[in-house]
Amino acid sequence: MIVEDVLCPFCGCLCDDIKVEVEDGRIVGVKRACRLGSSKFMGHERISGPMVRRDGELTETTYDEAYDRAAQILKAAKRPLLYGWCSTVCETAKKGILLAEEVGGVIDSTATVCHGPSIIGIEEKGLAGSTLGQVKNRADLIVFWGANPAEAHPRHTMRYSSNSTGMFTPEGRGGRKVVVVDVRRTRTAKNADKFILIRPGTDYEVISALRMIVKGKGDLIPDTVAGIPKSDLEEVAGMMLAAKFGAVLIGLGLTHSRGRYKNVDNALSLVADLNGFTKFVVLAMRGHYNVAGFGQVCAWETGYPMAVDLARGAPYFNPGETAACDLLARKEADAMMVVAADPASNFPRATVEAMAEIPVIQVDPFPNPTTFLADVVIPTAVCGIEAEGTAYRMDGLSLRMKKVVDSGLPTDEEVVENILDRVRRLADDN
Amino acid sequence: MVIILKAIMISGRTLGQGASLEAKTSPEFFKATSICALSESDYDDLGISGEANVLVRTEFGEVVVSARKDDGLPPGVIFIPMGPWANAVVGMDTGGCGTPLFKGTEAEVEGTKMRVKDIQELFADLLRRGGDRS
Repeated sequence: MIVEDVLCPFCGCLCDDIKVEVEDGRIVGVKRACRLGSSKFMGHERISGPMVRRDGELTETTYDEAYDRAAQILKAAKRPLLYGWCSTVCETAKKGILLAEEVGGVIDSTATVCHGPSIIGIEEKGLAGSTLGQVKNRADLIVFWGANPAEAHPRHTMRYSSNSTGMFTPEGRGGRKVVVVDVRRTRTAKNADKFILIRPGTDYEVISALRMIVKGKGDLIPDTVAGIPKSDLEEVAGMMLAAKFGAVLIGLGLTHSRGRYKNVDNALSLVADLNGFTKFVVLAMRGHYNVAGFGQVCAWETGYPMAVDLARGAPYFNPGETAACDLLARKEADAMMVVAADPASNFPRATVEAMAEIPVIQVDPFPNPTTFLADVVIPTAVCGIEAEGTAYRMDGLSLRMKKVVDSGLPTDEEVVENILDRVRRLADDN
Repeated sequence: MVIILKAIMISGRTLGQGASLEAKTSPEFFKATSICALSESDYDDLGISGEANVLVRTEFGEVVVSARKDDGLPPGVIFIPMGPWANAVVGMDTGGCGTPLFKGTEAEVEGTKMRVKDIQELFADLLRRGGDRS
């Protein structure tokens, strides 16, 4: 049996045209997905069953005991941190926020180690955004700044951006100009009409120089900016001003480098400046397939998109204080629940050392280094393959993920709901 | 004499890292992420060749990874794919916005005969160290 129009639960492209071949309840083939998506559909080693740590060793147990243990840990903690939520669907996030509220914890998503600074930049400046459909159908100039979709979002260029063909862009790549700004010549850069190689940590200066040229103050710029000849910057500014519809697609090159959210603020300001001359939009190249969705759910439930402290009775948001890495770095979190993420791999080592000192609950389909540190491990169905639900594409479009095969495992949502239910019962007992 | 290269370390995604991202204990993930890419000139300057390993040291830690040439990298910039090997040398300061500086850490690189730790070894000293483990 071929299941058509399946959504891919890997990256923020959320490709919705995947064909999945199912035989005897198992996936045996995938068409149209990229290497990243195919690997997910074809499957990896799974966590064999629920486990709790006894005498230092993870030992198999029942789901009920794992839920009880998780609830006890969260209930006993004074400063629980509930982290992850981006490789799962919005329904899980909704329950997670309720759980965080119930235990007076902090809820944070993988955005804070990814495009969190973009969100802060957007809050500072505002976003001239669009859907990817508009980019595909209208953009005649694409700027990838610190983004490498050739490796991180392999189908982005064909489906939505530089190489896509749309209503007013029938010539595809041939009718478009592509600019890439990066600290190395990436595979994406090899597809560019103009590549600007910048030194790490100089994005802010380079964006500022472009803004000055765009605003007619180019004569004040020195001959080189961060090592880039002024003539190169003038050429890029000229390409931007000549575009009918430009799209700046920003990546982690901006958010992970010196300047962080200020880089993004400046990039958004450049786009705002350009809108005084022509039409320009800017989008963040979001990583996990539903990192945007967690931000949406968290924003409509609490007023803030990530790093929300619910200990005070009203939501409080101050990344730098309430983000997962900060709470761990200060050794403030005294228990951690990780849902659909692997902070042990993706956080700096010293932060992970703090994780190793507190009880950790893991809810995930796959074993990973967070499993090594966990006291309670609860395996779940893979959202978008074994469980349905809602996810948001990187441009904020909400789409319904399908269930393609049955795993018999509980969904992330069910697990969080079960833990929430037990936490509430523990509260009643008090 | 040991040749020490001063460089800026960045981490980031690669296709291989992404394809094995949910199979962290697999040989594919190890192969894809326990590496350090260097510009051709930096690689040659280190006096290493073939399947050499390098020790990458920052003020936050050190890690042994296997060296690769990458003609896309400018001299003075090294790239370790996103993952626990890269994060062994990333600092935890978030600059007031929740996000560590995953790109832009000053590093020293030198050739080494030391072995690359596998993922279990990388976390071995962190296991069962504290918390409520009963």
